[in-house]
Amino acid sequence: MSQVKIQSERSASNDRIRQIFSAAPLRITIIVIALLWTIPSIGLLITSFRHPDAIQTSGWWTVFQHPFELSQYTIRNYQQVILADGMGEAFLNSLLVTIPAVVIPITIAAFAAYAFAWLEFPGRSFFFVVVVGLMVVPLQMALIPLLSLYVNINDLIGIKLNGEFLGVWLAHTGFGLPLAIFLLFGYMSTLPAEIMESAYVDGASPLTTFIRLVLPLSVPVIASFAIFQFLWVWNDLLVALVFLGTNPEKTVVTARLSALVGERGQDWHVLTSGAFLTMILPLIVFFALQRYFVRGLTAGSVKG
Amino acid sequence: MSQTMNKTEQSGSFMSMLASGTLRIIVSLVIPLLAFVVLAWSVTYMTNADAPKALRAVIALLVGVGGIWVLYIAFDNLVSLLPVRMREGVRPFVFVGPALVIITVYLLYPAVDTFIRSFKDARSVNFIGLENYKFIFTDPNMLLVLRNNLLWLVFVTSFVVGLGLVIAVMVDRVRWESAAKSIIFLPMAISAVGASVIWKFIYTFRPAGRPQIGLLNAIWVALGGDPQGWLLLQPWNNFFLIVIYVWILVGFAMVVISAAVKGVPNEQLEAARIDGASEIQIFFKVIIPNIRATLLTITTTILIMVLKVFDIVFVMTSGQFGTQVIANSMFNQMFTFRQFGRASALAVILLIGVIPVMIYNVRSFREARS
Repeated sequence: MSQVKIQSERSASNDRIRQIFSAAPLRITIIVIALLWTIPSIGLLITSFRHPDAIQTSGWWTVFQHPFELSQYTIRNYQQVILADGMGEAFLNSLLVTIPAVVIPITIAAFAAYAFAWLEFPGRSFFFVVVVGLMVVPLQMALIPLLSLYVNINDLIGIKLNGEFLGVWLAHTGFGLPLAIFLLFGYMSTLPAEIMESAYVDGASPLTTFIRLVLPLSVPVIASFAIFQFLWVWNDLLVALVFLGTNPEKTVVTARLSALVGERGQDWHVLTSGAFLTMILPLIVFFALQRYFVRGLTAGSVKG
Repeated sequence: MSQTMNKTEQSGSFMSMLASGTLRIIVSLVIPLLAFVVLAWSVTYMTNADAPKALRAVIALLVGVGGIWVLYIAFDNLVSLLPVRMREGVRPFVFVGPALVIITVYLLYPAVDTFIRSFKDARSVNFIGLENYKFIFTDPNMLLVLRNNLLWLVFVTSFVVGLGLVIAVMVDRVRWESAAKSIIFLPMAISAVGASVIWKFIYTFRPAGRPQIGLLNAIWVALGGDPQGWLLLQPWNNFFLIVIYVWILVGFAMVVISAAVKGVPNEQLEAARIDGASEIQIFFKVIIPNIRATLLTITTTILIMVLKVFDIVFVMTSGQFGTQVIANSMFNQMFTFRQFGRASALAVILLIGVIPVMIYNVRSFREARS
């Protein structure tokens, strides 16, 4: 699955055939589908900029009666949800959770993948099979033991992990490692053996070879995994709920938004602007790095 | 490679084997332990220092990640000080050991522990045999949970793969293909929580006579129906939730299938067209057989994702009104009822669901290697 190649070359004759079949019904069907897939998000976006009273008394589609009457739009909802409803702090928390939860597993996985690909050691294939097997294990299998392990660590040596960023970083590191090692290994093991050997002949140690040669060459696969892991952690609700809880000082955007759904059930001006805030960063990444994005998501889709 | 040489050297003496074995375990354990202590120290120290949160995290990150690099490099240098016959036997464990230790602590040990807990009582004290499983497969509420998960598995997977396939084949034939694909793929980028808020707004209900602000009720009323609280209508509310996951996943299936459709040899397509096959016949007789492997992969992928569905149900209904699923039920057993045994048994059921995929992955990896 990870090597989805998009073949764009097409023969001229096939282009002609394509034009013949680009008939009106086909085009209309695709436009309808594209609309169906867009309208829900458009509704959210428009509603998030409408006045609270207007949202409660008329459908968002009524703005199209006078789309250019600017007085019907406002940014007050965003001010409210960012400052009063804690979404601003949650956004910062999400960044604080996500960045380390992406960087740490990549670092550890890169070292491990290099060893699996290019160093000899006893148990190499056994350990790798374990990694492959653990890739799809549902993380639900890990929650209760880890929670009680965290409690024990706190009792024993006084390092608090439950409800702390550190506990979440490490949890995401552990859950992300098998996939990261698998992807990075797949890429690193295809690097030509000659360049490794010539590096050894020149007297480079495995560490130098890894840092100077293998790591720079592996940037594409690291980028794909980084995007996947970024989205996974940013969009995650379960791990955040279990290890961080809903304490406003530590909570992330997804957990805050789902708490808002409970607290402010029908205050759609808050919910829509809050929801859009949770999406803004993934959307920027999506539009800026679409190719890596698709590749990363495809490769990581089986993660447990 | 130079590393292979040490194998013969190593077999020299039992003592050196024992020594390098011990050293391997030590380097594997010490790097993550030291990294953990340093990270924890910097986080705690900064918290006590009352620094702003952002600064605290930036420094923790610098200390953490920088510290991990320093540890790897330092231990690699330490290994270089070892006698030559041991050196290259221990060195790989500097690289791979920390990852193996973390995976053991965060996945392997918990999985085994959860499995054992699933045979114990609520507080994981006494063994109670298969009681937890018996409860799951006899309690009427639990049977509803299992039924709902089955509904999700069947309907999300078939709609996602079916729609993804049809759209992939159609979109292949229009000129603005990539724009259409982007639009349909977009929901995959946003969180399921965000997507759930989008759809909760669509399903919003206002009493009859007042203007409907939810799109679905607005259309329904315009067509002459009475406004409905869609999320309360059992058992149909399950399908209103299922629609959300379909909306999220179709773009993903489409992109994967579309790449496979483009790989169908042009000669086969043209030969079929010259023979006068209709587009429908080409679809079933040429395209489908060519992309069968991709269809199988995407189907299992979607099945795994749907099996663990959590966020949508959590946000939309919290599992009320007959919409509970396994992952949410486990969450409630864990936090609301403190029934660790039942929660563990539910997790094990999720695991059993993915075991065939696990075996398949391991097997195909082994084949690819040999």
